[in-house]
Amino acid sequence: MIDVDIRLTLGAFSLDAAFASSAPVTALFGRSGAGKSTIVKAVGGLLTPEDGRILLGDTVVFDSAAGIDVPARLRRIGHVFQDARLFPHMTVEKNLAYGGRFSKQKPTSKTWEEVVKLLDIGLLLGRHPAGLSGGEIQRVAIGRALLMSPLALIMDEPLASLDGRRKAEILPYLDRLTASSRVPILYVSHALDEVMRLASTLVLVEAGAVLASGPVEEVMARADLADATGGEDAGAVFAATISRHDDDYHLTHIEISGQMVTVPRVAAPPGHAMRLLIRAGDVVLAARRPEALSTRNILSGHIEAIEIGQGAYVDIAVDIGGGHLRARITRQAMDELGFKIGAPVFALIKSVAIGRRVPWSD
Amino acid sequence: MTDPLTGLEGEVILLSLKVAFWALVFGMPAALAVAWLLARKEFPGKIVLDALVHLPLVMPPVATGYLLLLLFGRRGFIGATLDQWFGIVFAFRWTGAVIAAIVMAFPLMVRPMRQAIAAVDPHLEDAAKTMGASRVSVFLTVTLPLSLGGIIAAAVLGFAKALGEFGATMTFVSNIPGETRTLPLAIHTALQIPGGEYAALRLTLVSVAVSVVALLASELLSRRLKRKGAGAP
Repeated sequence: MIDVDIRLTLGAFSLDAAFASSAPVTALFGRSGAGKSTIVKAVGGLLTPEDGRILLGDTVVFDSAAGIDVPARLRRIGHVFQDARLFPHMTVEKNLAYGGRFSKQKPTSKTWEEVVKLLDIGLLLGRHPAGLSGGEIQRVAIGRALLMSPLALIMDEPLASLDGRRKAEILPYLDRLTASSRVPILYVSHALDEVMRLASTLVLVEAGAVLASGPVEEVMARADLADATGGEDAGAVFAATISRHDDDYHLTHIEISGQMVTVPRVAAPPGHAMRLLIRAGDVVLAARRPEALSTRNILSGHIEAIEIGQGAYVDIAVDIGGGHLRARITRQAMDELGFKIGAPVFALIKSVAIGRRVPWSD
Repeated sequence: MTDPLTGLEGEVILLSLKVAFWALVFGMPAALAVAWLLARKEFPGKIVLDALVHLPLVMPPVATGYLLLLLFGRRGFIGATLDQWFGIVFAFRWTGAVIAAIVMAFPLMVRPMRQAIAAVDPHLEDAAKTMGASRVSVFLTVTLPLSLGGIIAAAVLGFAKALGEFGATMTFVSNIPGETRTLPLAIHTALQIPGGEYAALRLTLVSVAVSVVALLASELLSRRLKRKGAGAP
């Protein structure tokens, strides 16, 4: 349980943020400069809010009214920073052991082995950080945070300074970590794919305020938040289940909100829970069920909300029977086809636009 | 060849090393504390402290020595108190030479350490804090080892300055054989005596040798540190 309600001013930037989450992985999502890092700094005790309250589990770590401000070193929150911050003068092993030096909860040799195995860093122990690759550095940083026996874990853009290949190298470790972690994780990111792959609850941060918080699927589907969740990546996130595989055509059928979509073969067994990101720009809307198309995925639903922005595009939220899809079409198309709230529509999705495998489950 | 200093040469060298050694022992921790304050903290009067530390660098050494005499002399403000309460006397004692050496070497010790500490990424100190390290532990396990190069440089500079200090020492504690006559003072004295050039040259060569040994030792030490931290920046 993390409960945050804080206010502070840093020069021209002011923050007034409140959210609560008891999810295993809570993502703070928003553009850079939105205030995500400021929030987690306050939670970690590296920055003192002017006013408010921060609750971690049953412990009040900050309460301006009661004059409580537990210093960072006593909060027992593990940090994984974007820049890793490994100690350059220590070996990997000494870095990993650092947290245990000051903690009453020394990691047992079993925990140590588990963490080393989870992150696959056994061969790096004798080396210095300067000799490691970006991906290895970040894995050691994660291990160091885990081995201080933390009550919570803060990961502040842990992948942002890595290139695509290194990112892909680390993500499987994060999958395992977020799936098996016994402590709550606060994950800061501006990358939608990371958030929807790793997090269960999403806190949407913009311009120093929390715009919305809740299950990732719900927040991402809200058309009124399109600006904040938006950009190129804007779309809807669905919890889905693998229904069956088609070995002949190398396809996998996946059920979302009671309807079927087909994606290229996914390497996970039927019944496996996953999450899909369908970008608003990849959705085509039709007023009648189209025929003779190469597009396999046609979902029926009705228009739930229309968000008219400036410029050529409108964002349309489509209720597909419990789930919410988002489509970005031109305002001209909307007017010509007579799309109104409540109107039945068919959403066409190219199979290739789906297909982010998420081995994540609650 | 008559050489009035020959018998005293050993004494002069030992005294100089003793003065420089104790100047480092007492000066370095104080200089480290000041360097940390100047590098890491903002406080009212920081400019004043900064100026005070650097003052001996720009003031005529003789003037510094005279100020020390005024402060630490038997009738001086601090000197009188120390004498009265603790029976400690600095004026015209070798301990006074240590004080003169500390004051004169102080800016040279503070500067490299301040720069080295300022170069340590404060984010690393934050990281240590989040892992439960207290302020002292953060300093001892992160800040100090990462600024060790600057600390060694400070020690070498401080040692060299303490060994070579002349003006302030001469003014504050005078030139007493066996008590305050350090290497530079002995060289100066030798040159005042007719036929003393040979002794002066020998003492000069000795001071060159001591300096070279100190430099080599510091170089070896910092190389060893670099090897130990294999690849550390």
